[in-house]
Amino acid sequence: MFPYPILTTFLVLMWLLLNGFTLGHLLLGIIVAVIASWAMASLRPEKPKLKKWYLLPKLLFIVLYDIVRSNIAVALLILRGRKQGHTTGFINLPLELEDSMALAILSIIITSTPGSAWLEYDSHDKSVLLHVLDVIDENQWIETVKERYEKLLLEIFA
Amino acid sequence: MIYTAADVPVPVAIAVAFFLLVGAALALIGAIGFLRLPTFYERLHAPTLGTSWGIGGVMLGSMIFFSVSASRPVVHEILIGLFVTVTTPITLVLLSRAALHRDRAEANGNVPEKRAVTEPEVDVEKSEG
Repeated sequence: MFPYPILTTFLVLMWLLLNGFTLGHLLLGIIVAVIASWAMASLRPEKPKLKKWYLLPKLLFIVLYDIVRSNIAVALLILRGRKQGHTTGFINLPLELEDSMALAILSIIITSTPGSAWLEYDSHDKSVLLHVLDVIDENQWIETVKERYEKLLLEIFA
Repeated sequence: MIYTAADVPVPVAIAVAFFLLVGAALALIGAIGFLRLPTFYERLHAPTLGTSWGIGGVMLGSMIFFSVSASRPVVHEILIGLFVTVTTPITLVLLSRAALHRDRAEANGNVPEKRAVTEPEVDVEKSEG
């Protein structure tokens, strides 16, 4: 009857946010959400294994902070032009993450942080090709991503 | 219902204006960067200003303005921000993989080669081809 309870709840919430809270919309939203979750079930996606979900807000705050910081950095770089010694380049980042959900989240983090772009994930050698606008130290950059995001994601999706 | 900006108290108006300007300025800088940066892969980065805090600032401004003037929380803008954030990587990966494919095929610039797959047979084929 309810194959994806969390998805269904969020769809109902989204419906109510968009349409305003009335009894009619609550009922209609529940009907739409249940049908949508059946459609989702027929796609048979992998069930994400959330283990330490309470670390998600921590990750969210770290990411929001980093997005603000790199927004400023990239905006200044565009306005002022490049400083000496800073180059743009490709970085091959080896990953320990394998869970597809965690990889999707990491790609969203890397993409929405200006200055770094997720280009190509290779599931054979478990690495991802990134393009970074302002590389100062490649190893330090890899270290930062692994320390700040991958560690947390590994804990969340254990 | 239409709300006028004159109904909003001054501190709130300042906050709304601040967030709107921050968002709009970042989107503009992103557009300028999109125009000025020299290579395709560098240009990929510029629009992400607009899709991260560009949209974030406008979203916050809108949420504050309509929450105060309607005197109830208006938060559905979050959905716009959420969906823009979640869908950006899809477009970006599509575009960049197309560019990587083209540059590797035409041997343009210094694009890193696709690293050899672990099976040795494939390895030989790749290095010859």
